[in-house]
Amino acid sequence: MLEIRDIEKTFATRKASVRALDPISFSVKAGEFVTLLGPSGCGKSTLLYIVAGLEKASGGSVWLEGQEVRGAGPERGMVFQNYTLFPWLTVAENASFAHQLPRNIDYSKRPSEIMNQVGRASALLDLMGLADFHDAYPRELSGGMKQRAAIARALANSPRVLLMDEPFGALDAQTREEMQEMMLLLQAHEKTTVLFVTHDIDEAIYLSSRVLVFSARPGRIARDLPVPFGPDRPVDLKISPEFMALKRELFELLHQGAQGQADRSRLLRKLVDPSPQISSKDHEPEPPSH
Amino acid sequence: MREPFTSIFALRRPISTWTYRLATVVSFLAVLGGWTWVSHQSWVNPIFIPKPEDVWRVGLDLIRDENLGRDVKMSFLRVTYGFLLSAALGIPLGILIGAFEFCEGLLQPLTEFIRYIPVPALVPILMILFGIDELSKVMLIFIGTFFQLVLMVADAVRRVPYDLVQVSYTLGARRRDVLELVLARSAMPEIFDALRLCNGWAWTYVVVAELVAANDGLGYRILKFSRFLQTPKIWFYLLVLGVIGLALDIVFRKFNQRVFRWANPSLR
Repeated sequence: MLEIRDIEKTFATRKASVRALDPISFSVKAGEFVTLLGPSGCGKSTLLYIVAGLEKASGGSVWLEGQEVRGAGPERGMVFQNYTLFPWLTVAENASFAHQLPRNIDYSKRPSEIMNQVGRASALLDLMGLADFHDAYPRELSGGMKQRAAIARALANSPRVLLMDEPFGALDAQTREEMQEMMLLLQAHEKTTVLFVTHDIDEAIYLSSRVLVFSARPGRIARDLPVPFGPDRPVDLKISPEFMALKRELFELLHQGAQGQADRSRLLRKLVDPSPQISSKDHEPEPPSH
Repeated sequence: MREPFTSIFALRRPISTWTYRLATVVSFLAVLGGWTWVSHQSWVNPIFIPKPEDVWRVGLDLIRDENLGRDVKMSFLRVTYGFLLSAALGIPLGILIGAFEFCEGLLQPLTEFIRYIPVPALVPILMILFGIDELSKVMLIFIGTFFQLVLMVADAVRRVPYDLVQVSYTLGARRRDVLELVLARSAMPEIFDALRLCNGWAWTYVVVAELVAANDGLGYRILKFSRFLQTPKIWFYLLVLGVIGLALDIVFRKFNQRVFRWANPSLR
């Protein structure tokens, strides 16, 4: 349904160009929950922004249901890491923002259709546990509630695919787990196709039907792993042996490219024994500042 | 300090409304008290510093006089015309500069350049261009506030988080929708605060405008009193200017708090 064909990205800085993504291709089937997992700086968010149409690729194309997509559009909804509710709108007005855009106001629509849209936005808010906060302003909500409202807003638009960029990254551990369970419930209810970005291994396994492991600089897919659990995932799944085994596998994949043992011991030696001799030996001479 | 979070001198902590009001009243009384004390000293010439009771007595006469009402009305009209003109042109232009970097490159350096020309220095040129009637006075206020307002509005628009622009696109908004419904809308509280500051400057410039060629207005009257060394009357007019400024400031603030309740967690 969603196809990424040879997407690549090179950032040009003043002096040099930095390769962020090697050509990447994969496809996502309808109803799949695919997670891009990787260390920070591996280009997974960049890829998501390219799919959303908010960033230009240096090459390649994105196809949705057989059509090439250019620019951003409502059929690819997005939830961001930062809180992005419109502060001047109430929670309910935020959720139905898309319906109030001039292009979406269609006077030929029957009232029942319009009521359906409003009803959907409101039902999604209820589903996300915000039934008592329809008329609250975003500044009155906690971080977790803001993200839940943002998810409801993105889904109210009935997007073909939902893109999520570390949506729970700014939340505390407790709230994050609650949000993950809510996400599973929502998935069972809505069956939306999701492309999800995270660096949290637990989150990736717990939520997805498939994990794409990224390696850094330049970003490319190191492994395409199906997650063997069904849609019904109780909380204690996270401590089951199968879950742990998968976690170990992903952990090792992610840490292949990490700092070598030699670097670590050298760093440790420096921290334990900060005598000037060693530090002067280890330090490169500073370049002149002017 | 034992209790750094509850004392009235805690850093950036709120104090009770009554303590706040009391502090305000104390400051006004202190200035009034200092003025009274100084003006009653034998070494002070009353022409330089008149006694508060003299200013009050003269003021009562002036209030009964028809000139005060007319002066206030004329100054108010000039300020309002100049201010409305600069808001009507400055807000859209500022939004464009803040929203499109091309507009910024085109107009911002030019605006910065003009902003640094002292406005009173333009009085002779404005009189040559627009005559000595109302138009030149309104234009002086316009020029004094317009360029400042444009830059403040542009800054307010630039401070809108870019995330809000991106999320709007993914919700199906087009460029024009984002400009009108998100960028302009989000910056509105700050734009109205910029208007409040501009209104203050407009009252400065109206006095400048009236000092040169006018037959009425607060500035004109002050100049006239000074020719006859009627200092108590001058002081009374200065007090009137202060009261008008303070009142308008409060009106702007209250309006802002009411209309933009979403942006104001605390109300005083």
